[in-house]
Amino acid sequence: MSNRRPYVRSMDGWWKRDAYFIRYMAREITAVFVALYAIVLLFGVVRLSQGEAAFNGWLQYLKTPWMLVFHVIVLAVFCYHTWSWFNIMPKTMPIMFVGGKRLQPGVITGTGLAASVIACLAVLFIVRGMS
Amino acid sequence: MADTEKIIEIQVLRYRPEQDKEPVLQSYKVPFTDDMSVLQGLQYIKDFLDGTVSFRWSCRMAICGSCGMMIDGKPKLSCKTFLREYYPQGLKVEALAHLPIERDLMVSVEDFVTKLESIKPYIIPKEPRTLEQGEYLQTPQQRDMYEQFSSCINCMLCYAACPQYGLNPKFTGPGILALMHRYNVDSRDGGQAERNELGYADEGYWGCTAVGYCSEVCPKGVDPANAINQNKMNSAINYFTRFITPGGADK
Repeated sequence: MSNRRPYVRSMDGWWKRDAYFIRYMAREITAVFVALYAIVLLFGVVRLSQGEAAFNGWLQYLKTPWMLVFHVIVLAVFCYHTWSWFNIMPKTMPIMFVGGKRLQPGVITGTGLAASVIACLAVLFIVRGMS
Repeated sequence: MADTEKIIEIQVLRYRPEQDKEPVLQSYKVPFTDDMSVLQGLQYIKDFLDGTVSFRWSCRMAICGSCGMMIDGKPKLSCKTFLREYYPQGLKVEALAHLPIERDLMVSVEDFVTKLESIKPYIIPKEPRTLEQGEYLQTPQQRDMYEQFSSCINCMLCYAACPQYGLNPKFTGPGILALMHRYNVDSRDGGQAERNELGYADEGYWGCTAVGYCSEVCPKGVDPANAINQNKMNSAINYFTRFITPGGADK
């Protein structure tokens, strides 16, 4: 007869147990905001297909106070999203060697962040040039 | 000596299956010096205060992987963690999270060992060589591809750090998937096809959601999150090409 009675602990509220898990959940939740903003942009494409008046109406709607507040929130969330995903990027890539030396995680994260900043600035200048 | 001796409170999560319905905290006051590890604190309890406290240990120098436990909620090797870091507030030690408690600070290792055996954690030679043919040669760069992943000491801290394993114990888990990767990327090994049946399964690489805490807590710098996630690309390519490659759909 065995006296073994292994005790399995509950996982309820596991993500609140450690600050690391809270940051992980925050990173995952940013994806919801990305999806929300994609819906806003998709809606704009639909309005564009319905003619100039419809599209201008959508543009006007984006300028309402609530939508401006929404954009500020989304911008902040997107910044965290960008940082957190490039932060985990070195973990998702095969080991790489440059000039016989192993590429360090900080270089991968830094390159990703720099690329996203450059891409944002490029889009900003292109849009400025058009309007 | 006497004037430098301090007292620290160590709370131990006790679980004695024959008398406790569920784990309970028990507090001990332990005299300690700055060079004492948490493991030495527990050994003091066992030797002088309460001989019934159970915990595993062996080497006392972070290479046997026996003494992993939750120290103030973080998975750590108790031989590599010092009591002085928790003075004067005291500390709480518990059995490794996500694993069934066998008794006090000891967890059941059955699941881990079964999975470890299942991934064939040894080199399956790509081409059998006779003694006359000599050793298998490898360049330093070929060695670098697996070296860090070969440092695993099977301490299971990464399992205590992985919520996906806690939520679904069928998940193969960080340490063992990292070892699978270690053998798969060894230039001398030819066992990838056999191992990847486990790696590409739902319980394999895809059970990981890149929380990344496993790599944070690893006392040997193995970086299991990296070992796992760099395989997802290969797994996805395998999934989409298995119908067009000869014999691929059989797998």
